[in-house]
Amino acid sequence: MLRYTLKRLLQGIVTVWFIATATFMAMHSIPGDPLSSDKAVSEEIRRNLEAKYGLDKPILEQYAIYIGNMLQGDFGISFSQENRSVNDIIREHFPVSATLGVLAIAFAGAGGILFGALTALYRNRLPDIVIMFLVILGISVPSFVFAALGQLALVNLNEVFDATVLPVAGWGSMMHMLTPSLVLGLGTMAFLTRLMRSSMLEVVNSDYVRTANSKGLPPSRIFLKHQLRNAILPVVTVLGPSIAAITTGGFVVELVFAIPGLGRYFVEAVQQSDYTVIMGTTVFYGAFLVFMVIVVDLLYGLVDPRVRLE
Amino acid sequence: MKAFRPVRAWRAGRASVGDGAVTAAAGQGAAPLHQSASRDLLLLAAAGVAGLLLLMWALAWVTEASGTGSADAVDATTGTITLALSTEPPQLDSTRLTDLVSGRILGHVMEGLLRYDENNRIAPGVASRWEIGLTEATFHLREDARWSDGSPVTAHDFVYAWRTVLDPATASEYAFILHPIENGAAINRGEAPREELGATALDDRTLHVRLQHPTPHFEKLMAFATYNPIKEAFREGRQGRYGADAEDLLYNGPFVISSWVHGASLRMERNPHYWDQDRIHLNAIDYAYITTDVNAVLNLYKDGKVAIAGLNAETLEDALQRRWQLKRFVDGSVFFIEFNHRPERLTANLNLRRAIQLVTDPAELVYKVIKLPGTLPGESIFPVWLKGVHGAFRQEYPAPTHPVDIELAREHLARAATELDIAGAWPPLVFLSGDNPAANKQAEYFQEVYRARLGLEVKIDRQIFKQRLAKMTAGDFDMVLAGWGPDYEDPLTFGDLFASWNENNRGRYVNPALDSWVEVAQTSPAPRDRMEAFAEIQRIIHEDAVVLPNYESGSVYAQHPRLQGVVRRAVGTDPDFTQAYITGTGD
Repeated sequence: MLRYTLKRLLQGIVTVWFIATATFMAMHSIPGDPLSSDKAVSEEIRRNLEAKYGLDKPILEQYAIYIGNMLQGDFGISFSQENRSVNDIIREHFPVSATLGVLAIAFAGAGGILFGALTALYRNRLPDIVIMFLVILGISVPSFVFAALGQLALVNLNEVFDATVLPVAGWGSMMHMLTPSLVLGLGTMAFLTRLMRSSMLEVVNSDYVRTANSKGLPPSRIFLKHQLRNAILPVVTVLGPSIAAITTGGFVVELVFAIPGLGRYFVEAVQQSDYTVIMGTTVFYGAFLVFMVIVVDLLYGLVDPRVRLE
Repeated sequence: MKAFRPVRAWRAGRASVGDGAVTAAAGQGAAPLHQSASRDLLLLAAAGVAGLLLLMWALAWVTEASGTGSADAVDATTGTITLALSTEPPQLDSTRLTDLVSGRILGHVMEGLLRYDENNRIAPGVASRWEIGLTEATFHLREDARWSDGSPVTAHDFVYAWRTVLDPATASEYAFILHPIENGAAINRGEAPREELGATALDDRTLHVRLQHPTPHFEKLMAFATYNPIKEAFREGRQGRYGADAEDLLYNGPFVISSWVHGASLRMERNPHYWDQDRIHLNAIDYAYITTDVNAVLNLYKDGKVAIAGLNAETLEDALQRRWQLKRFVDGSVFFIEFNHRPERLTANLNLRRAIQLVTDPAELVYKVIKLPGTLPGESIFPVWLKGVHGAFRQEYPAPTHPVDIELAREHLARAATELDIAGAWPPLVFLSGDNPAANKQAEYFQEVYRARLGLEVKIDRQIFKQRLAKMTAGDFDMVLAGWGPDYEDPLTFGDLFASWNENNRGRYVNPALDSWVEVAQTSPAPRDRMEAFAEIQRIIHEDAVVLPNYESGSVYAQHPRLQGVVRRAVGTDPDFTQAYITGTGD
């Protein structure tokens, strides 16, 4: 177990290094740089700016400096948010994205397992058909549509009650979190429902369920203990990557609901060619994703004793 | 399998003989399950919902994210208005200011020597009187101008700020705006020490400025944020963090920033040390939301949470149906198609440019493609709001116009083909454009116009902002959708754009005749001579088809009926809430 964990961590570090290198090279090979601006500046000022940010050095030297700083946990200073270090940006805004992501994944996980189990129970009957129709909708409609519709629904809701039932946008209280996290989790919820349904149906015909049946266990106990627990395995597998996907993919939701999350910085940095923020957020998210996958693999061993971690 | 059924049915005690699900569900062995199991599931779900609520509450408690709150758009009892900001100000150090959002905030919390009043005329700021001559200027600072720590604003604060802007180490992008001051340009190039700047504090309240050459528009420059004062001791004490956070700034304007949560909110409150309290009616301006999503801001407006919401062509319909009172406003910018004049490019050929000019119809673009009230068809690079000798510049010197003439255009195109030795089809022209819905729509419109009217193939090159700028600077285009916003209230802010030495002349247009008119406009003390120079520049740009004006951008917005006294302007702080107030009823 320990050896396996160490091995995976080592692989993870190599992966993150690869992500950092690839991003660095890709970033420097596209036209434009963070210093180009609407008003053209004179040669002198441009040289000064380049010197200030170390962009006048050869690219490999920049790379070496960058990796060196990164190893010390220093992602540098943002170009577009001058005076703010990328570490500060991540520290201030990642908790917001993480909160949103954790809630969304909680919604998605709970809803997915519940609805998946329900559809399996009522296979080919009305609840199954209705839920599966909604699932198709949930998978195919992108989150920005849900976000816009969700917000519009809030406006109408508040209009009907002539009071602020739920805030339309903003961040800060429990009420602010509800709609955005639901919207953010919807796609994953739909996906998990489908996954849960098919894995439930697979388990139903397995030997151990039949055995439990023949032992005369009460059906609800069979359902919860034997079916649900076994069917949940594939769901746990995809949960890890989905946590990362949801936490990083909140850009649109953060924009629509005016939430100060990291996703916005992640996307806007690319548009602004903000080198340090691009690198910082990419490496951070990359490491986060890799870490989540490792955690899930380890958890897998706990959920399913048959899995040997070697 | 069927043999087990009775047993399980008995155990569960629910399935009846006539259970319709038997046949369908027998294969799954789950027929009698769904009733009892769904009750269990329901319990699980209830537990799940409770757990989620607990999780949410815990997260809200732990993150304790400073509340953007749910205050109303206007609150007369506290004198507060709530608004949305499109983006976070990158930083609020006036020496390195480049963007409009920072300019808007700084316009409320800082004050320069002079300012624009509610009628957009120059008014006294920190300076109570001033004399501006041909080569020198003197400003007399008022006694009661104070920083937010209570100390007086002195002439030294201006000298320090200006030297800092011009210091090459600061690498200020807007340093050029201080070049009219003696030695300003030399210091900025690193050819003179910063102490040699022609601005001296004769005493604490008298600032004397020597000019490099006569600068007729110098007075108007004094209202520009880059000329704002900075207290040396404070800035040096912040160790490079000046302007990074609310507490890293010292204010001398009508408001101070009381809280700034990055990416979330920025709140300004009345500055008790400001000298002209009678001018201020609001107690607080709360930018409680930061998002670029115009639809989100509109939803907040509908919900009564923000006092102003901008509209676009898509949301305008909705706003009209709700019978809101809409306001429109020309924001001062001019947009145009810029040709690449570098000799190796096809567009360096005048006949080709003229052919394209003759089939380009700005009115059609504005009324059929952009369809946003307040936007005007482009006729000149000098927008309509600029002042001339007495009245409006464009009324005194109307822009030369031309009718759309496809026949004539084709003649020019044929001539261009001969000159350029092009037999048969023209090679495609590269049309550089921004990557946003509005730019896409315009680029595709022009692509179709040039194909249908001239048979020219146009290749659209969509690029995001920085990449487009890089390609413009490198000259990697034939035509580009470009625009220009004014820095100060004088035609020169547009007039010198195509001077051969101007870095912003990204099409690299070179014309000594135009250059000499720009020099006249820059230095001549007589307003009439200057305006005539601008008229000549306007004529050359049209005759030489340097650029093709597309439109003067306007905006339509909804404003809370109880919010009054908001000043909109093309140059300077916009929108300006300094003198805004909340009325009782809101008719």
